Amino acid sequence: MTQKQRLVFELNGTPVDVWAFPYQTLLDVLREEAGSSEVKYGCGEGVCGTCTVLLDDESVNSCLLLAPQAAGRRVTTVRGLGTDGELHPLQVAFLEYGGSQCGFCTPGMLLAAVEFVRAADTPSRDDIREAISGNLCRCTGYSKILDAIESYVASRAEGEGRDG
Amino acid sequence: MDSVRTRRALRVVGRSISHRDFEEKVRGEMAYADDARMPGMLHGRVVRSAVPCATIRSIDTSVARALPGVRAVLTSDDVPFNAISEAVTGFGMDQITMPVLAGSSVRYQGEPVAIVAAETPQIAARAAECVLVDYEDLPGVFDPWEALDPAAPSVHPDGNLLVAWWIRTGDAAAALAGAPVVVEGTYRSQHVDHAYLEPEGGMAWIDGDGVLTMRVSTQVVEHVREVARIVGLAQSRVRVIGSYMGGGFGGKEDMTVEPYLALLALHTRRPVKMIWSRQESLLARPKRHPFTMTYRTGATREGQIVAQQVDIVGDAGAYPLLSPRVLFAAAVCAAGPYRVPNVDVNSRAVLTNNVPTSAFRGFGAMQVTLGYESQMDRLAEAVGMSPQEVRRLNYLREGDVLPTGETLPTYPALDEVTRAAVEAMGSGPETGDPRHRVGRGFATNMQPYGRTVFFADHASAWVGYEPDGSVTVRAGVTDLGGGQAASLAQIAAEVLGAEPDRVSVHIGDTSLTPSAGGTFATRQLYMSGNAVLQTATELRDAVTPVAAELLGAAAGDLLVFAEGGVGVEGTDRRVTLTELVSACEDSGVDLARLSTFRPPRGEFDTRTGRGKTFPDYTFGTHAVDVDVDLDTGRVRILRYVACHDVGRAINPQRVEGQIQGGAVQGIGYALSEEIVIEEGNNQSSLFADYLIPTAADVPDVETIVLEVAEGKGPFGARGIGEAPIGPTAAAVANAIAAATGIRLTQLPFTPERVLEALRSAGEGGV
Repeated sequence: MTQKQRLVFELNGTPVDVWAFPYQTLLDVLREEAGSSEVKYGCGEGVCGTCTVLLDDESVNSCLLLAPQAAGRRVTTVRGLGTDGELHPLQVAFLEYGGSQCGFCTPGMLLAAVEFVRAADTPSRDDIREAISGNLCRCTGYSKILDAIESYVASRAEGEGRDG
Repeated sequence: MDSVRTRRALRVVGRSISHRDFEEKVRGEMAYADDARMPGMLHGRVVRSAVPCATIRSIDTSVARALPGVRAVLTSDDVPFNAISEAVTGFGMDQITMPVLAGSSVRYQGEPVAIVAAETPQIAARAAECVLVDYEDLPGVFDPWEALDPAAPSVHPDGNLLVAWWIRTGDAAAALAGAPVVVEGTYRSQHVDHAYLEPEGGMAWIDGDGVLTMRVSTQVVEHVREVARIVGLAQSRVRVIGSYMGGGFGGKEDMTVEPYLALLALHTRRPVKMIWSRQESLLARPKRHPFTMTYRTGATREGQIVAQQVDIVGDAGAYPLLSPRVLFAAAVCAAGPYRVPNVDVNSRAVLTNNVPTSAFRGFGAMQVTLGYESQMDRLAEAVGMSPQEVRRLNYLREGDVLPTGETLPTYPALDEVTRAAVEAMGSGPETGDPRHRVGRGFATNMQPYGRTVFFADHASAWVGYEPDGSVTVRAGVTDLGGGQAASLAQIAAEVLGAEPDRVSVHIGDTSLTPSAGGTFATRQLYMSGNAVLQTATELRDAVTPVAAELLGAAAGDLLVFAEGGVGVEGTDRRVTLTELVSACEDSGVDLARLSTFRPPRGEFDTRTGRGKTFPDYTFGTHAVDVDVDLDTGRVRILRYVACHDVGRAINPQRVEGQIQGGAVQGIGYALSEEIVIEEGNNQSSLFADYLIPTAADVPDVETIVLEVAEGKGPFGARGIGEAPIGPTAAAVANAIAAATGIRLTQLPFTPERVLEALRSAGEGGV
């Protein structure tokens, strides 16, 4: 009979020490053992992207990862994006531009966006489209999500311009 | 004091205010159905039929029951009242009920046969696999046309014709016989899944006073009545709380997990959670109806339509659900937003052993758009006019009579929406690639908002000032993510003068919020919006004399409720809402109201096909440019403009969001989405096989929100939830025809279909 095993990783900057069956997915462990209900189940096939988290700094579908693969690594969910209770500027942009409707894709979408904007300096709108194409949204038609990310990138560039 | 007036100045309505729900969503804090848990909670699972049509010889639950951690295995024998029934037609034609759990036979693949509850989801899944059902396969019927053959296997005892509606005006056959121009076409649509990202789910428990309570992702908390009947409890002892939904689109309008949660919680006396997997949702949840629509349109040589003859057959699947109503909406809208003196529409729902079909954004009225808008382009070609000219000539005008004999309730801004959309497109698409063709098309639609008027619809709301002047709204609406709660907050804030962020809206709780009647049929802004407007206005009228006295207002003064207080227009005299509320308490004036909005009823005569149907309609036109790759058959949308007349945009950003989302869902319907069912077996039960558009597949939908004609909603608003999915497929079909000369009539327009059509016409491939 399979036994639960100890699993230690960092979740949004805080150490997590749980026991989980080796067959459990990271999604399952995050939701059921680590209290991260902000990570959503949408399909379990790695198609919809609603369960996206950052593993170290890379976005992954947490439904496709076995939990032990996260051992000793940093996991970031949407709740880990802001600092000191303040929203990440991308979250603010989503609010401002109406990048959510039902909101179910939003946590995963934000993480895909964060990963992308970290690596891309001056992406085009089509670059952004490509970057979030692994995250499905059934409500918005994507435009307001693209508006939000685009505005964040633009204001960041402006800010850097001022600083520099 | 009755000569003191209050002003209905719009300070909050019409602004794109962000509501609490958005913030909770970007923070990841919104608690959806799966995001709550209780101590001692069990996990439920449904055992579903593996075959589409069979007799159940026996069900052996002994192996499942013996598994450690299994707390319940229930079959049809354990259901006190094993029937899900609702007055589907409104005309007493409802004979067929749907079992909660199949007893002696199964009628579609995925039909619930048994339920289990266990200590963990893994044990529940294992137990479900261990329920041994012995099926004896029966010949089924999987095509609605075959099902209409009297020799076909009967899905239920009384034949497969579930319902037949007709709408008649004038003499369409005679008018067609005499018409100099007749265009004909048959159009076919497919099974489509809602594919909301949040699968069906909820949690149930027995709460204080023995009340069976559940928190479910549902559009309709009023299903509490059916749940009570199924489990044999008084309706007052069952409570349904609707959690904010991760999308619904009509797919959470019928019951989902409710009866199963109820049975398992009552049986085990423990909290039970049940979340359906994506795969079982794709397999077994109701889909959009595939339609076969045959159109004959007669016109003069000058392009004036004289007759429209339409035959619609919809595949209802194995149980009625909302099929009768869907086919009714299709019948009413089949002739499109045009003046047609002679109309003959037959609209039938046919039972098969396919997965049931039911409500889906657009609700029958969207499928027929492909029919009437393809016909309009064909007519334009036949009479040598442009698509815009021929439509302009025929569009409904104010005061026109619809094919049902009823007068169009409001002004239809059809010219306006089309002109705006077409002009925004500017110059036509171009391509320099000889192996590509580009073209432009557009389509106009009419989509009802509100339930058919013979259902005597109503919605209630409770609105009150709190002692600190903040405002509480209680309304039984459920929130799909379309801003259902947010719009009520804006309306209450507008009327009562509270700051919008000091208005709290409590929604969707059958024990604590007055009934709003479900979020479907684009009815909540119309119904609950009006209910909140009416209730808040009554409350404001009740406190106005107190405010007038506080302010020393004289006859002829105008009181303005705004920004957290009440002032006399043109003066600096002002009291805060806190002061007003305190004064009301001193003078014994009630600070809360409960009121019900009841729009006018109407009757429809099923024998003559005439009478009153929908309260009103939303009109829109979508225009698209497409690129067709002659080598691959792939259709790419280059540009997309969508225009609707919404009467009044309560929250313009949310209106745009509805239009953009509806149009993109429409693009999926037009180009890629299809649940493939072969002999009753679902071939698309993986999300990987069901292609909903990604951000990289679609262009930006450019929206034009017009506020031309006052509708019947609060502040003149028209509903916008369903309308924007309507025109897409027809606009794409018309654009493909413009690009290639080929008229596609079978959805979706996949590369395979397009290539095949191109090859048949000698155009495509190598």
